[in-house]
Amino acid sequence: MKNLRERTIFAAQLAFTLLVAAFLVVPAVRSMLAGVTESYFLGIRSGFTLQWVAEVWERYDATILRSFAIALATLAVTLVVGVPAAYALYVRGGRLARTVEEIITLPLAIPGLAIALALLQTYQGFGAFRRSSLFILVGHVIFTMPFMVRSVMAVLAATDIRALDEGAASLGASAWRRFRDVIVPNARGGILAGSLMVVTLSLGEFNLTLMLSTPLTMTLPVGLADAYASMRLEVASAYTLVFFVMIIPLLVAMQMFAGWSAARGGRR
Amino acid sequence: MHGIGAPSPRTWGEGAQAQCTQPAMRLKTFLLLCLLPLAIIVIAFFLIPMALLVVVGARGPTGLSAYAAILLEPRYRATLVNTVLLAAATTVATLAIATVAGIFLQRHRFPGRAVLVAFLTFPLAFPGVVVGFMIILLAGRQGLIGEITLALFGDKQVWAYSMVGLFLGYLYFSIPRVILTIMAAVEKLDPSLEEAARALGAGPWAVQRDVVLPALMPAFVASGAIAFATAMGAFGTAFTLATDIDVLPMLIYSEFTLSFNFAIAAALSVGLGLVTWAVLALARSLAGDTVAAAG
Repeated sequence: MKNLRERTIFAAQLAFTLLVAAFLVVPAVRSMLAGVTESYFLGIRSGFTLQWVAEVWERYDATILRSFAIALATLAVTLVVGVPAAYALYVRGGRLARTVEEIITLPLAIPGLAIALALLQTYQGFGAFRRSSLFILVGHVIFTMPFMVRSVMAVLAATDIRALDEGAASLGASAWRRFRDVIVPNARGGILAGSLMVVTLSLGEFNLTLMLSTPLTMTLPVGLADAYASMRLEVASAYTLVFFVMIIPLLVAMQMFAGWSAARGGRR
Repeated sequence: MHGIGAPSPRTWGEGAQAQCTQPAMRLKTFLLLCLLPLAIIVIAFFLIPMALLVVVGARGPTGLSAYAAILLEPRYRATLVNTVLLAAATTVATLAIATVAGIFLQRHRFPGRAVLVAFLTFPLAFPGVVVGFMIILLAGRQGLIGEITLALFGDKQVWAYSMVGLFLGYLYFSIPRVILTIMAAVEKLDPSLEEAARALGAGPWAVQRDVVLPALMPAFVASGAIAFATAMGAFGTAFTLATDIDVLPMLIYSEFTLSFNFAIAAALSVGLGLVTWAVLALARSLAGDTVAAAG
């Protein structure tokens, strides 16, 4: 009797969870299929085609390449600026470090639209800058920086980095050499995790980018919104498919990496 | 001897200074140099622009009352109420759905479980625009729900281009995040507490209500705050579904790009930013964990 009841509860919970999964997965699968079928209305039996993907590339190749360039540039800036800052904040510690961490994390708590408006108001006079992709880069750096800094700080806190740093110092290594040869190699887990996050977020950023971009500096997600508004469903789907193909390997890498470092942390 | 074991930053700094003054001085300079680029970027492209935004909000034809207009002007107030209600509904529904699914997935092992978890979490990094498109494919004019209702009841249901569509979109967006937080929290629960409750005669519902749910409260507060703040400020989904949905981010967008009403747009942005920031800060002080809104 009790067994039957437990089974019923299990089946009900499983059915509910499957329903939630279907809610998330079914539209994505439909979209991926629609991107490679002849006609959305006739369905798969109308045959597979890559013509929509080709049309997406023809129309939106510049936006896709620009998104890659901006994502890599964002990564470069967050690495060069964020990793040393994370080290300094961790070593210095105390109130100042906490305040700085608070401030750089603020962009996560404020809607992107508000930050974009603020940037526009401030820099609309600088025409060339405002019209260039650099303006978008600035927004992406502000938005992704906290992920890099905190990811690196978390790893520095988990490793006994101060003892290592001090050991190197007592052997006479300069601050720069210690940073390069002790800190960076030991923080590489956090740097890698932060990098994956930064690239993924930059490739998908829309809330800031819509306002910061111009018709000549559209990025992939802005192009997506454009396609959703003005293209036939198959083209919009094919464009979404292109985005999935780009972003899903990054997500998988991120999850695998998270699992791997959790397992490593558990063993420690 | 200084620096044996795990010294605190202060003793470590003093230790280094005691050994040799020059490297300590150099370290201080080096740390400053490490922080300088970040400080310049954050000040120039975040702090100054945000400060100017606050000023611009007060510099319109109506002056400071642009801020008061958020609450006093009926149109803005209605939008604000709509947005808060939508965000609250999203939060409650997401928490309920994610708790049922999250507890189930963490407590049972069965074939295909890993795939199910992957399915439930893969939309994590979808931007709002893509989520909007997913909702169009689900509940739009050529959507799945329309096809099913047409076949079953002879009546095509289209929900995507309204508040319902936005609600579905925010659910789509929030469920993966909240499920992950809840699963992590369930994993950390102490099973002996539940066993003790059961041994004392508590039924399965009483165990859930009196032991499991209270223990999950910090996870609810943290992930609920994220869901709420995200639903308040998210923009891409509404932008994709329909430009006339009456929520705060759409209002800011149309005031800025269509009406050129910069002061009101700035004031509304500052108000929106304050609300989302306050919700997240409150949740963090309650749940004691890092809480941040997402895209």
